[in-house]
Amino acid sequence: MVAIGTIAPDFELNSTPDQKLRLSELRDKKIILAFYPADWSPVCDDQLTLYNEMEKYFAKHNAQLVAISVDSKWSHLAFSGDRKFHFPLLSDFEPKGDVARLYEVYDVKTGECKRALYVIDEKGVIRWHYLSPVGLNPGADGILNALEEIDNF
Amino acid sequence: MNQLIPPVNTNDHIYGSAALELVEYGDYECPYCGRAYPIIKHIQQKLGDDLKFVFRNFPLSHIHPHAFAAAVATEAAGLQNKFWEMHDIVFENQKTLEPGDIFYFAKSIGLDLEKFKNDITNNELQSKVEGDIESGFRSGVNKTPTFFINGVRYEGDWEENTFLQYLKDQLMETSISGE
Repeated sequence: MVAIGTIAPDFELNSTPDQKLRLSELRDKKIILAFYPADWSPVCDDQLTLYNEMEKYFAKHNAQLVAISVDSKWSHLAFSGDRKFHFPLLSDFEPKGDVARLYEVYDVKTGECKRALYVIDEKGVIRWHYLSPVGLNPGADGILNALEEIDNF
Repeated sequence: MNQLIPPVNTNDHIYGSAALELVEYGDYECPYCGRAYPIIKHIQQKLGDDLKFVFRNFPLSHIHPHAFAAAVATEAAGLQNKFWEMHDIVFENQKTLEPGDIFYFAKSIGLDLEKFKNDITNNELQSKVEGDIESGFRSGVNKTPTFFINGVRYEGDWEENTFLQYLKDQLMETSISGE
């Protein structure tokens, strides 16, 4: 994964079929980047459902969650609508997995993102990262600890 | 290895006083928790006084719109010393959790309805449920139900035979190390 202490590489991806989101637009907020393998799959579903409940806990730390997979913007639209997600799902679709590669979390065997988390501070510096075994939902405790550590630094 | 944070304390709903401690983070509207409910009941019957069972709220409000209110209702029943009665009746009827149903349950288990009606709007009970949720996030709860045995997250299968055997093994270890 990209080293802690380095500036998070900037990128721009579709967040809805007609909107794009650029990472650097979110400066002044902490960012939680959650790379996940696939819309609709069981573990991803549990993981994102959990994070969806955490909006106000993340907000307490001035943090915004952004989730990324290689699924298309249309799949994201349907998945997000069905599960009522309150955070953007970014589509790393074309060129496929480009951003995941940039963050060193692309799985060439499956053609999907690995299950990986980055926490980026307000200045755009990577402060924490975690690569989870693909079949395991990493939960939120690591993220909360990382956010607290940044606040108490 | 995920640890239970904070450990079981006087704010918790605790059934039994044994050394072997099983904690569930559950959501009253979650079908998996509904499936786990009779399994836990059987395990409680089989282990009897050898098991302490603790339930903490973990309603996933965005996908289960009735879960938070149901959790508050059990807490309100708790103020009348009927937490477990409410916990049971809610799980036994988890497909019907509209406000009218909740009042019907409250009546069936013999709650003082005026007090109950007041208590469910009590901010302290809402905060209690939110506190449970936050403790779940910290403890590494990643789905519902999530179980902790003696403070450590249980990663295994919770189908009855596997779960019961695991708990029995823990019981053996506890009694051996206690000698």
